[in-house]
Amino acid sequence: MVKSTLLQLISIQFKEFLREPGIIFWALLFPILMAWVLGIAFTKKGEVVRQVALIENIDSTNINLRDFLSDPQIKVLKSGEHQQTFTSVIENTKLGNTTYKFLITSWDAAELMLKRGKIAVILVEHEENVEFHFDPSNPESQSVYLQLSAVFNDASFIYETSTIRPLTKAGTRYIDFLVPGLIALGIMNSCMWGISYALIDMRSKKLLRRMVATPMKKSTFLIAQFSTRVVMSFVESALLFTFAFYIFKVDLQGSFIALLAVFVAGNIAFSGLAILVSSRTAHSRVGNGLINAVVMPMMILSGIFFSYHNFPDWSVDVIQKLPLTMLADSVRSIFNEGAGLSDVLFEAGMLSAIGILFYSVGLWIYKWY
Amino acid sequence: MNPTTENIIEVTNVKKYFKDVKAVDGVDLEIKTGEYVALLGPNGAGKTTLVEMIEGIQKPDSGEIRINGKKWRGNRDALHKIIGISFQETRFMDKITVNETLKMFASFYDLDLDRVQLILKLINLEEKQKSYVVNLSGGQRQKLALGIALLNKPPLLLLDEPTTGLDPTARREMWDILFRLKKENNTTMILTTHYMEEAETLCDRIVIMDQGKILAKGTLDELLSENKSGEVIEFGLEGNGHTPDFSRLKGMQSVHYNEENAKGKLIVDDIAIQLPHFIDTINEQNFKLKSLECRKMTLDDLFIKMTGRRLSD
Repeated sequence: MVKSTLLQLISIQFKEFLREPGIIFWALLFPILMAWVLGIAFTKKGEVVRQVALIENIDSTNINLRDFLSDPQIKVLKSGEHQQTFTSVIENTKLGNTTYKFLITSWDAAELMLKRGKIAVILVEHEENVEFHFDPSNPESQSVYLQLSAVFNDASFIYETSTIRPLTKAGTRYIDFLVPGLIALGIMNSCMWGISYALIDMRSKKLLRRMVATPMKKSTFLIAQFSTRVVMSFVESALLFTFAFYIFKVDLQGSFIALLAVFVAGNIAFSGLAILVSSRTAHSRVGNGLINAVVMPMMILSGIFFSYHNFPDWSVDVIQKLPLTMLADSVRSIFNEGAGLSDVLFEAGMLSAIGILFYSVGLWIYKWY
Repeated sequence: MNPTTENIIEVTNVKKYFKDVKAVDGVDLEIKTGEYVALLGPNGAGKTTLVEMIEGIQKPDSGEIRINGKKWRGNRDALHKIIGISFQETRFMDKITVNETLKMFASFYDLDLDRVQLILKLINLEEKQKSYVVNLSGGQRQKLALGIALLNKPPLLLLDEPTTGLDPTARREMWDILFRLKKENNTTMILTTHYMEEAETLCDRIVIMDQGKILAKGTLDELLSENKSGEVIEFGLEGNGHTPDFSRLKGMQSVHYNEENAKGKLIVDDIAIQLPHFIDTINEQNFKLKSLECRKMTLDDLFIKMTGRRLSD
């Protein structure tokens, strides 16, 4: 006897997946790679290099700057006819060292470098003081200004390291913010690409209508799609978590049952959305665009990589209602705030309801032939 | 007795219009159990639309379709079980093997693995059963599509251009499989094609369609004799830019002449009588014959006579 229709469909989908090495890379390895790269970039503060343009005035009486620049520790990197480069390191064990490169140049050249983002601040040395020119909305320029002005205004400036308490406890680092977000993103991508794209592709190949022109139940077919996705995103998430656990010591502080509930609800939400998105078009390229139109805004807005609280206040209310935001916030609260089932029950319910709604609408307008 | 027992398919005054095309425009068709029927016509004749309505994939705007006395509405599952379908250009999953594809479809019909093996043998793909679909040739893919259509031993087979794009050997092989089915299982089949030869060799009855209407239907002999079948004189001239005037020739059924390539075709009642007059006419009008062929009329000639166009257009 041939396996039951459901098992047969699920096994076919797995085979299709596993026989496409490209898909395995993007679905399984890419999120881990992303966690690794971003985790390294944002958790271990390496040595930061800041470039600053300096327009010199040799007659300056501003002793602090002169002293700073004539410090024996300062190395002259490059000395040409028109341009000289000094470098100076402000050491700090907790924030990481900051190396300043001073490019001695003219105003015009400095302005050009600022426009190109090569330097963060232009220093203009006057007879009595130093002027800082920079874009105040650029955080990098701001931090350069704060550090350097402190140095120049008080030559005996000591970086008060004893008052800085870096947060290194699990749950408060960037990687702790990132990994739950990536898990949520993985669920969305797995459903949207795995279901929508596969169905649109099958429709464009006329395979969908061929399969429907048999006694196969449409519900069985869709349940197979959903089941495959749940298993697939479970494997993806588990791999990502294992990686983050061993490499970055990311820990699950809340309830596993709650995580499971939110995980299944997320899959329901995005499977429903995937059915809706794939309900009409028979062109893979249109499908590609449609999926991106749904996936991209959420990826940017839902606070996967950076907090959505930087968006204007009025938009935060809307953003918080996006399915990906709900999913990411819930997963994050379970990971980092120790949330339990009752804390995420509302979100899980909402996600499931959204999924069922999208699924019903999608099925209602679905083009099988 | 149920009047529909003999006719497995009854199509009554079926119409299907799209925005600016009358795809199927008032078609009546009955097909008896065990009959092989060819729907013959050029691209855009409405063959596929008609077949897809019989397959239950498209709904007619008006008219009625019954299969085994049943309409599609409310009988989908029952009808799917007795029909085998092969669409025009279905593409199966690339990296799934022939065997796996068949097994998946077999599961839709609750069939066992023996049936899959039997089909593999029938369509002659046993050696390819472990190959990915993506690595099959065009002919092998069409055979796989046919194999899937045959899985459930369907009494009714609906094949939409099953041999389009295949080389003659592959086409022959498909025909052999279909012949065997007719002999062994008393299968009924509708097949659309724009290959005359396929219609002539494979089918008991031929239905000629063009622009959504049935122009003629019957056995090959019936079609040719009902339409005052004649004989054909095909000729080529040394072109001088003019069209020869055949208006004085008697016993002529139709004349076609193409000034560009200086080739023409006459359908006449009797070659033995008309040929000498034809040659006289050519000579009188100072044309020079380059080629000449006389033969019995074929379906293609009949089609040109009815529509003024070739089947392959």
